[in-house]
Amino acid sequence: MNILVCVKQVPGSNNVKVDEKTGVLIRNGVQSKMNPYDLYGVELALMLKEKYGADVQTITMGPPQAKDVIIETICMGAKCGTVLSDRKFAGADVLATAYTLSQGIQKIGDFDIIICGKQTTDGDTAQVGAEIAEYLNLPNIANVQSVDEIKDGKISLTASLDNKTVKMLVTMPCVLSVDGDINSPRLPSYKVKQTVCDDMVKFLSFNDFSDQNENNYGLKGSATQVERIFPPEKNSDKQMIQGTFEEQAQTLFNILESKKLI
Amino acid sequence: MYNKITEQDINILKEISGENNVLWGDQINHDYSHDELGGIEKMPDVLVRVHSTEEVSLIMKHAYERTIPVTVRGSGTGLVGAAVAVEGGIMLETTQMNKILELDTQTLTVTVQPGVLLMELAAFCEENDFLYPPDPGEKSATIGGNISTNAGGMRAVKYGVTRDYVRQLTVVMPDGEIMVLGGKVAKNSSGYSLKDLVIGSEGTLCIITEAVLKLVPLPKYSISLLVPFKDMKTAIEAVPKIIRSKVIPTAIEYMSRDTILFSESYLGKKFPDSKNDAYILLTFDGNTDEQVQTDLKTVADLCLNELGALDAYIVDTEERKKAVWSARGAFLEAIKASTTEMDECDVVVPGNKVDEFIKYTHLLAKELNVRIPSFGHAGDGNLHVYICRDNLNDEQWQKTLDKCFELMYEKAQNLGGLVSGEHGIGYAKKQYLKKQYGETHIALMQGIKKVFDKKNILNPQKVCF
Repeated sequence: MNILVCVKQVPGSNNVKVDEKTGVLIRNGVQSKMNPYDLYGVELALMLKEKYGADVQTITMGPPQAKDVIIETICMGAKCGTVLSDRKFAGADVLATAYTLSQGIQKIGDFDIIICGKQTTDGDTAQVGAEIAEYLNLPNIANVQSVDEIKDGKISLTASLDNKTVKMLVTMPCVLSVDGDINSPRLPSYKVKQTVCDDMVKFLSFNDFSDQNENNYGLKGSATQVERIFPPEKNSDKQMIQGTFEEQAQTLFNILESKKLI
Repeated sequence: MYNKITEQDINILKEISGENNVLWGDQINHDYSHDELGGIEKMPDVLVRVHSTEEVSLIMKHAYERTIPVTVRGSGTGLVGAAVAVEGGIMLETTQMNKILELDTQTLTVTVQPGVLLMELAAFCEENDFLYPPDPGEKSATIGGNISTNAGGMRAVKYGVTRDYVRQLTVVMPDGEIMVLGGKVAKNSSGYSLKDLVIGSEGTLCIITEAVLKLVPLPKYSISLLVPFKDMKTAIEAVPKIIRSKVIPTAIEYMSRDTILFSESYLGKKFPDSKNDAYILLTFDGNTDEQVQTDLKTVADLCLNELGALDAYIVDTEERKKAVWSARGAFLEAIKASTTEMDECDVVVPGNKVDEFIKYTHLLAKELNVRIPSFGHAGDGNLHVYICRDNLNDEQWQKTLDKCFELMYEKAQNLGGLVSGEHGIGYAKKQYLKKQYGETHIALMQGIKKVFDKKNILNPQKVCF
C-alpha cells in the first residue's frame, strides 16, 4: 500500500506581524513549523503503516526551506518526501495550490490513500483536500475521525458531520481529510534525523509537470485575490463581576443573554 | 489555652472585613478542613476572606489580644496539612488578595499580593517579556503558599527555587505589627535575614501580605527532549553524566511508563510515546536558536552514544510541548486517581544519589508488597514518591505506610538527603523532621518560633512543634 500525506510549513507562532503597506506576512526571523493539523495526518499514515504495512511519503509546496517539514515527517517515520518549489507557484490561492499539488502527485506516482490535514493555521480554508480529490478524480471524505479497517481495496472509516458521526466505506484510491485531535502525533526522532540524506527529499518544479500552462499556477492560476491581510483586532476589555456567587451567576447570565451568546 | 471564638469575635471580624467576607460554622465549605492530600482534617471556627495588609493587621491584633489561633490558607493545594487549622480558630484566606501591584522594569521586580496564582503570575510575566523562574507543578497554588514552602519546581536545575527570587516581603506579625523585610536590593548583608527565615516557614512566623519578586528576561527560545531508556536504572544513571557535560538544562524530569499510562487514562489522551519503560525529559532555554540547538545536540548525542538511550525525541513546537508537559503536570493527580488513597514522600537527595534512592523504592515496593510509583526532578534530586493504598485495609495501610516512610527517610538521610525538597513539613512530616534533625536543631527552630510568636497563635502544631 502506498500512502501520501500532504503537509505545509506555517509560521511557528500565531503572533505573526503583517506588513501594513503590502499586507504580506513578515516571515523574516519568524520560526516556522509543520501545520499542526497535518501532524494528525502523518500520524494516521504511520499507524496504518504499522498495522497494514505501507510506504509512507509526504509532499509539500513552498519555498526551498519547506524541505524542513519534509525532513520532519521523515524523522517521524515517513520514507521520503517531495517539495514542489518554483517561483511560478508563488501567490497561489487554495485552488492553485490544490492544482499544483495534484500535478505533483501525478508526477510522483500512484497512491492508494492521500491524506490531508483538516486545514492550515495560516490559510484556514480547509478546502485543499477536497480540491485535490476533484483534480485527481478521486473520492474524498472530510473530517475523518478514524480508519477502522482496510480490506479488499476498501476502507471502513468513521467521519464527523459535526453533530453526527457516520461510518463509511470508501474504495481506494481516495483522499482523506482528517480531523484535528484524532490521535497523539509521535515526536520526531533525533536518531533518525542523523540518518536523513539528501536523496530522501526530492524537489520538483514547473518544468517537471505535465501541464505546462503557467496560467494554471501561482497568482495567475488563482481564482481569488487577497486584497488585505490584517491581524484580528484584539479586545482585552475586562469586566469584574462582584457580589455573592448567586448574584455573580445572575449578572453573568444577563450579560451573555444580552449579547445573544446564550 | 486558646480562647474559643465567640459571637462578639465574629462581629468584630465582620466589622474589620465586611459581612460577606466572614463565614462561620456550617457556612464554611468542608474543603477548608483539609488540603490536597488529606491526611489531617479539622474545620476552622471562622473563615475570613482578607483583602489588605491593614485588614490582616487588625485581625491579628484582635486574635493576639484574645489568644485565638490563626491559620493562613491560599488555594489549599498543599500536601502536608500545613494549611489545616488543627486548633480551629480563625482561618485567613488570601485568595482575594490577588493583585499584581507593580512591574518595575528598572529593578527587574514584580510586586504581588499573596493570593496571586502561580499561573497568573507566569502569564503576566510572559506577556511583559519576563520570566518568573520558579515553576512548581501545581500552577493553581498561590504565590504566598509558594513562598511559605519555598517551593521549587521543574526549573530548579538551572534557576534555583522560590527563595532565590524573593527580594522583599511585607508581613504582619502575630500581634498585628506590619513589617517590611528585605528590599528591592540585589545584595543584603544587613544582619540576620528575617526575610529568609519567613520563606519556607509555612505560616508559622508571620503572615505574608505582599512580596517583591525578582524576574529575569524571558529566554527567547526553548526546546525539550524526551529520551527513552530500556529501564529506569539506565535512565536515572544517565542524569549525573548529563550534568557533567556542562550543558545546564532548565529541567530534567524522569518518568516511568506506569506513570505515563496513569496520566493517559486520567487525561483521556495518549502520550506521544509510551512504548518504553523509562524516560527522561529535558528542557533547554536560551536567547538564540543556535544556543538551544547546540545544547540539545550535545545532550542527545551523549545520551545516544554513551548513556544507552534508545532514541531522543524532539519536542520543539507549542503543540508538542503542550502534549508532553501537560501530561507531566498531571502526574500527581493521575497517580491519585489510580488508587484508593495515597501518601507522599518528597525527599531531596544529592543529585548523584537519585538512582540509588529510586532503586531502593523499587526494592521496598517488592519487600512490602505495595505499589510505589514515583516521578520527579531528577536534575535536582527532589523526588516525588507515592505510596498507594490500593486494596489494603485500614490496619495494613497504616502499618505499611509507617514502615515505608520510616525506611525511605532513613535511606534518604544515609544518602545525605533531607525530609522535604519543596512540599514542606506542615503537620504530616513533623516526626520525620524531628528524627533527622535531633534535639538542638529542633530547639533552635522552636526558639525562633517563640521569638516571632510568643503566644503561639500562628498556625500552631506545625513544622517543629
